[in-house]
Amino acid sequence: MTDTAGGVGHSPIRPDARSKTDGTFDYASDLRLPGMLWGHTLRSPHPSAAVRSIDTTAALAMPGVAAVLTAADVPGANAYGLITADQPVLAADRVRYQGEPVALIAADTLDLARLAAEAVAVDYETLEPVTDPEAAVAAGEYFRYQPVRLGDPDAQAAAVVIAREYAVGMQDQAPLGPEAGLAEPAPDGGIRLHVATQWLHSDLEQLAPCLDLPPERIHLEMSGIGGAFGAREDLSVQAHMAMLALHCGRPVKMMYDRAESFLGHVHRHPARMRYEHGADEHGRLVYVKARIVLDGGAYASTTDAVVGNAASLAVGPYEVEHVSVDAWGARTNNPPCGAMRGFGGVQTCFAYESQMDALADALGLHPLELRRRNAVAQGSKLITGQTVDARDPRRDRPGGAPFSPLADLLDRLDALPAPAPAPTARPGGSGDTTRGEGVRRGTGYGVGLKNVCYSEGFDDHSTASVELRLEDGERVARVHTAAAEVGQGHWTLQAQIVRTELDVDRVELAPNDTRIGSAGSSSASRQSYMTGGAVRAAAVAVRALAAGRDLADGPVEATRVFRHRATKPMDPVTGQGDSHVQLALCVHRATVDVDVELGLVKVVELACVQDVGKAMNPLALEGQIHGGTAQGLGLALMEALLTDGGRVQNASFTDYLIPTALDMPPMRIELVENADPDAPYGLRGAGEPPTLSSTPAIVAAVRDATGLPLTRVPIRPEHLTTGRLP
Amino acid sequence: MTPPAGFDFHRPADLAEALRLLAADPEAVPIAGGTDLMVALNYRRARPRALLDLTGVADLREWTDEGAAVRIGAGVTYARVAAELGGVLPGLAAAARTVGSPQIRNRATLAGNLATASPAGDGHPPLLATGATVTAASAAGERLMPIGDFFTGPKRSALRPGELITAVTVPKAAGPQQFLKVGTRNAMVIAVCSFALALDTGRRVLGTGIGSAGPVPLRAGEAEAVDLPWEAPDRFGEGLAVEFGRLVAAAARPIDDVRATADYRRHALAVCAARALRRAWAEAHPEGSVRCG
Repeated sequence: MTDTAGGVGHSPIRPDARSKTDGTFDYASDLRLPGMLWGHTLRSPHPSAAVRSIDTTAALAMPGVAAVLTAADVPGANAYGLITADQPVLAADRVRYQGEPVALIAADTLDLARLAAEAVAVDYETLEPVTDPEAAVAAGEYFRYQPVRLGDPDAQAAAVVIAREYAVGMQDQAPLGPEAGLAEPAPDGGIRLHVATQWLHSDLEQLAPCLDLPPERIHLEMSGIGGAFGAREDLSVQAHMAMLALHCGRPVKMMYDRAESFLGHVHRHPARMRYEHGADEHGRLVYVKARIVLDGGAYASTTDAVVGNAASLAVGPYEVEHVSVDAWGARTNNPPCGAMRGFGGVQTCFAYESQMDALADALGLHPLELRRRNAVAQGSKLITGQTVDARDPRRDRPGGAPFSPLADLLDRLDALPAPAPAPTARPGGSGDTTRGEGVRRGTGYGVGLKNVCYSEGFDDHSTASVELRLEDGERVARVHTAAAEVGQGHWTLQAQIVRTELDVDRVELAPNDTRIGSAGSSSASRQSYMTGGAVRAAAVAVRALAAGRDLADGPVEATRVFRHRATKPMDPVTGQGDSHVQLALCVHRATVDVDVELGLVKVVELACVQDVGKAMNPLALEGQIHGGTAQGLGLALMEALLTDGGRVQNASFTDYLIPTALDMPPMRIELVENADPDAPYGLRGAGEPPTLSSTPAIVAAVRDATGLPLTRVPIRPEHLTTGRLP
Repeated sequence: MTPPAGFDFHRPADLAEALRLLAADPEAVPIAGGTDLMVALNYRRARPRALLDLTGVADLREWTDEGAAVRIGAGVTYARVAAELGGVLPGLAAAARTVGSPQIRNRATLAGNLATASPAGDGHPPLLATGATVTAASAAGERLMPIGDFFTGPKRSALRPGELITAVTVPKAAGPQQFLKVGTRNAMVIAVCSFALALDTGRRVLGTGIGSAGPVPLRAGEAEAVDLPWEAPDRFGEGLAVEFGRLVAAAARPIDDVRATADYRRHALAVCAARALRRAWAEAHPEGSVRCG
């Protein structure tokens, strides 16, 4: 490996930097072709109803309407899903959530398609929706139940016991680019899809049976992605626009508006969690019991894997010998929930970190000290029995205690200077609600533990092809993968790896499509590890092939499939098993100013220390930490989709608030490089961990400022003024 | 988005032509900044058959100094209100700075805010607190409306078919003015509630305006009548500020919605009103021993 300019460890300018800042980047919503039709989805207004009949006559009679399709027109299987194919492409006789697709329209214009949708007469018999996840679990309606059993928690005596209930609201990924794509019928009767997705090959595998087409006649090409965060893992427009294009024999474009986007993708699982922590008089954990109910909504999506994460990571990076965890993913008539940055780790992190703070408070210990006393170290066991493998960068030091990566991060966080006492901005921001009146400062800490890559025995792999050629005397490399650049900087990273391995300057990136093997999803903080690993392997192979050859004789090319080490399923009864590939740690300190009279919060500073294994691209890493931290801030203070009887109340950016530049404070970031010898370049996946730890840190800081227990997120102003209300 | 078939778009060059067009087609929807209307169009909550674009009407684009008041043309943007009128209309300018984002403020107009007549419109409370006047024009002539008569219900105003708002006339500040807006994020947010206060130290009059806490923007009449110690400003005490806050909260008629509970809105109004009065009194009597904060 060489230290090449623009290679690994550097921060070259990303190829999409300029076009994304000057507005010329082609997002999926910019797709168009001559002669194309616009597709639109008619969705159920009811969270639960029987569909008695659908009359499309009036819509079809409208001039300019090319097609109106219903469940009867689905060419193949009317079911898809990322893990379980349980979700209809179009509802046949039953709708199970508000926003479930019922019919499709293709028309000359989008507005006409929307008008035609209003002319489709659907006769619904509304049914009582199941909206309480606890009741659903009690009735046996759940996608997965995963217990974890370790030791004998019921037989333990503890000096301090903290038992509390926590709730996490339904966060939305809120990608700024709405779902969009364009489908073109192919001459062979197949279909070509241009779409903004996180996982091209999973889309293809799900589409083939629904469209009743052999996979080789479906071609997917990545279109410009405007944010993903998990929202683009499930199918959205893919099957629908393909059906319309195949039916009409013309290209069909689909693009959701903001309201439809909120209804048309899965959300973060809302959670209700009951935690009981017992500790000895020194603050060492004796036992933990947790009951975790996640609301999966109407269809399976990835609830199965989210429950696995919630259960296996339920106590965080702390040593405890007696554990009882029960985690469910309930089936209700609420909006379907699935992948979102943090993926089951976010919900439990809020609960266990709140518990750690409560223990520290009860014992009169500093929150960091309580965490140090319980921190996992090299050789510790997680509650699943998996051994923590955090090899000590200082392992040559004789006679020391086992290295604790968490204690190391906490020490570094503690050493970061505190922000200045004078705030740069006040709670209430531009509303000028305070000039210091009622403002109190608070500080809080949060620790997050996240698994990287797919867990529980999944055959996780990625494919890359690298070509090296001579062009006008210059060596030029070209990389081809199917990996989604969702904004994280993966294109940049691929080029960096190739520069480093092949010592070239110019690296071209082939369009991401299904002509090459799967890259897996841009999720689970895995693409640097997995597709990075595949690109590296292919580049190393090219280097070997090119050795002793004259490139003037022709290009050299290699394709490699990369796999991480195998994992095991969790035992269905005990939850035991080496289910995770890699673990990543992140710690946050939040400083907040709270206007305690109005219940408004200004986060003054967020300090973060994250173990990234290897800083592949320091600038992109900081971007990931800023973004992940901001999403955690959103969950702490404002982001929640509100439902009433299964109906979403705030499907708009008017009322679903995400943090602005005035809400997100400056960050102090320290990157730690404790290399993972099993991972390419020693890296650790980095996109998700900050999303876990920033939420509990901010809530802890607000608790510190207000003295309130605060057991639900997002915190609303009225939670902070309760007791002060007239 | 693609406009529906049969969609008319008028772009008059002057006010007379605009009023003629509106008289001929009273269902044409006026559009200036479009920051409300375009959202409604995109969400298909509005499907106007015709739009009357007022951005070409030069007469509407300026504000003029009328001596004791400022006449703000219907096409003047919030960005200009914030940048150019902060000295003479500090309450309105403060409200203007809280409207949407910089991009929104560059397009959105005060008159457009009025035409939408949302109870949450940021410009409304300072207009109520200062006793502004709305000028409406039609082919039949001009009509003046006190701001208190303008709002008739949620998103309903006293504007008649065929009428355009041409200007809003706002008395110049005769003392300290305050505007406080509560939202659940630090910018770019619809008000959970807002409060404007205008103190006229010459006439010894207190004006109020409440936003987003009733079906229409409201004045707090009883609160305006509190007995302020004009003769002995040092006697302004905490009890008076709290009582003023209580009266403002009592004047509100809030509801529970996704943004906040009615109880929280009343509470927040009481806090904001007390703070506004303390700040304004301290500003009016800088030599006094008034505690602020």
